[in-house]
Amino acid sequence: MLRMEVIYGLSLIMFVIGFFGILVRRNAIVMFLSIELMLNSVNILFVAISKASGALDGQVIALFVMAIAAGEAAIGMAIITSYYRKKGNVDIDRAQLLRW
Amino acid sequence: MEIKDMALLVVLLPLVGAFINGVFCWKVGKKAHLIAVPAIAIPAVIALKLAYMVVNGLRFDDVVYWWITVGNTKIPIGFRLDELSTVMVVTVTFVATWIHIYSIGYMHEETDRGYAKYFSYLNLFCFFMLTLVLANNYVLLFVGWEGVGLCSYLLIGYWYEKTSAANAGLKAFITNRVGDFGFLIGLFVLYKVTGSLIYKDVIEKANLLTPEVATIVGLLLFSGATGKSAQIPLYVWLPDAMEGPTPVSALIHAATMVTAGVYMTARSSVIYSMAPIALDVIAVVGVATAMFAASMALVNNDLKRILAYSTVSQLGYMFVGVGVGAYSAGIFHLFTHAFFKGLLFLCSGSVMHALHGELDIQKMGGLYDKMKITALTFIVGALAIAGIPPLAGFWSKDSILHHAYVSGHRGIWLVGTITAGMTAFYMFRLIFLTFFGKPRDKHLVEHAHESPLIMTIPLIVLAIGSILVGFAAILPNGGFEGFVNKALVLREVGGHHEEEASFLIILSVVVALIGIGIAYSMYIKFAPDPRRLSQTLRPLYLLLYNKYYVDEIYFALFINPTVEISRWALWKFVDVMIIDGIVNGVANFFGVVSSVVRRIQTGYIPDYGWLVIIGVILICGIKLIF
Repeated sequence: MLRMEVIYGLSLIMFVIGFFGILVRRNAIVMFLSIELMLNSVNILFVAISKASGALDGQVIALFVMAIAAGEAAIGMAIITSYYRKKGNVDIDRAQLLRW
Repeated sequence: MEIKDMALLVVLLPLVGAFINGVFCWKVGKKAHLIAVPAIAIPAVIALKLAYMVVNGLRFDDVVYWWITVGNTKIPIGFRLDELSTVMVVTVTFVATWIHIYSIGYMHEETDRGYAKYFSYLNLFCFFMLTLVLANNYVLLFVGWEGVGLCSYLLIGYWYEKTSAANAGLKAFITNRVGDFGFLIGLFVLYKVTGSLIYKDVIEKANLLTPEVATIVGLLLFSGATGKSAQIPLYVWLPDAMEGPTPVSALIHAATMVTAGVYMTARSSVIYSMAPIALDVIAVVGVATAMFAASMALVNNDLKRILAYSTVSQLGYMFVGVGVGAYSAGIFHLFTHAFFKGLLFLCSGSVMHALHGELDIQKMGGLYDKMKITALTFIVGALAIAGIPPLAGFWSKDSILHHAYVSGHRGIWLVGTITAGMTAFYMFRLIFLTFFGKPRDKHLVEHAHESPLIMTIPLIVLAIGSILVGFAAILPNGGFEGFVNKALVLREVGGHHEEEASFLIILSVVVALIGIGIAYSMYIKFAPDPRRLSQTLRPLYLLLYNKYYVDEIYFALFINPTVEISRWALWKFVDVMIIDGIVNGVANFFGVVSSVVRRIQTGYIPDYGWLVIIGVILICGIKLIF
């Protein structure tokens, strides 16, 4: 049985990696991966705490998160694909038409 | 069929007709009368059946449907069928039926859509008028009251391309608003005191009204009547309303709608019976209007406007009847007036039809040979309105003057009798100038021809009515007035003075004959010559000819100040500066603020990410501190 601190640490590290990925990377697909990483870090936390406390709610929510992440991945990838077809790249810095 | 269903059918059939002709006007076109005439003729037949039942003692007052229920306030759609409303329903449906038939001939030159529109409005008017007279509460009466006002507006402005017609419609509508304002306030006061606006409840709880409150309510309700029934000071719209088609003038502005005020006053007899001051005001206003309007009719040269002033004058008589406490005499005059004034208007329409819309009686003359039926029926109507026995007007006008005399209103009686002479004079002046003498505009009169049968038959029917309906006064069981009195709440009046009655009758007939005689000598024998007379009495003539400058005075006192205040204070200041200022100020404020704040939206996703982090840190920090 792992200590809970280890799992908290793992989750935190994954979340921070994902977060900084979003902030510093310019490639849309990599940013997308970072988001998945953040979602999964939260999932780990949910499942671990659910297992430790004996309540099933956390695991149910983890399942929901996965389903939503799948849907989000489909839409996100579709957007990125059509963006690529139009512009020939997926560089976030150049995608800034929607602004003041 | 139950009575309730019959009453509903009477009210709703014209609405159905109006709906079909109005919605499918491009389909029905010139066949609109095939729907419109049955839609009022069938109610007329049912109304006769109802009248027969009411004569045999039936009374009906029931709710069809609870319309508004809020807390303790309950307002039904319900009908009250008693002697008073029966008289009104029979009059309205009968006269309206014949005017619908007459309109088929009169309006046949209109465009297809205009024709259907006309009949649709006419049916709609009948619906509202029947709602007004059959309602069993003041709110439903008010619905009909406003509805007939709307239809009056629509039909006065029927030829809306003509500016004068459109303006006349507006004038009628707005003038009525002034009176209706008082009417509504009166209803509110009445509701506050009695807690109900259903006639039955008002009669039961009338003892809650103190004489002061009854006087206030009575006067406020009467202010509505002055608008609708064209009494001083709100009569100004009725002469202008003659811009509408002539059958409309006959139906709405002579026979039915303008009498709604008299009906309403009689219906409120329970209130007026406790307010003798209000009754005196009504009587004085009535007789003043009768005299005032008759004097303007003496010199006017417009065929229809003379009849319009005559209508105002006769409505004044009806209010005299009501004001001296003889409601049934007022209603009787309303009943007979519907026949002979409807007839007179239809005859004037027939003359207009023959002369291609010419209305100036100074150009006419000698029309008797060209159109005998119109001329003869017109003379019947004029004799009736002048009060020559045994025609209808004699019985009803004489009854009003009799009641005024015996109730002690000698001054009102005197003015009323003089006005009767004036009435006879101006009616026969009209006849002599129009139908007799030499044509003054030969070209105009040359091509005149009698109207088709579809127009002359209604004339004949109404002429027979004008001769016969007066005899309702001497039917058994108190005659017409005894019949109507059963539906009223009356104060005790002094005993009758039968020995004076015959003297009064002879006097009023003599006065009428004198009026006719003067008209004959002036306009047939030219002694004195009316032209020279108008020169001799120039200031008086001009005063009358210009209608006492009342329109000009109203413009100077009310209309122009209202327009100026609206323009400078309300439009240029309140609307432009305050309201527009606030609206535009709000928009400008957000424009300025967001021109700064919107710089946050850089379009770089990482920037948004940083903002999210800052936000999370802030929220966590606040959570930790507090």
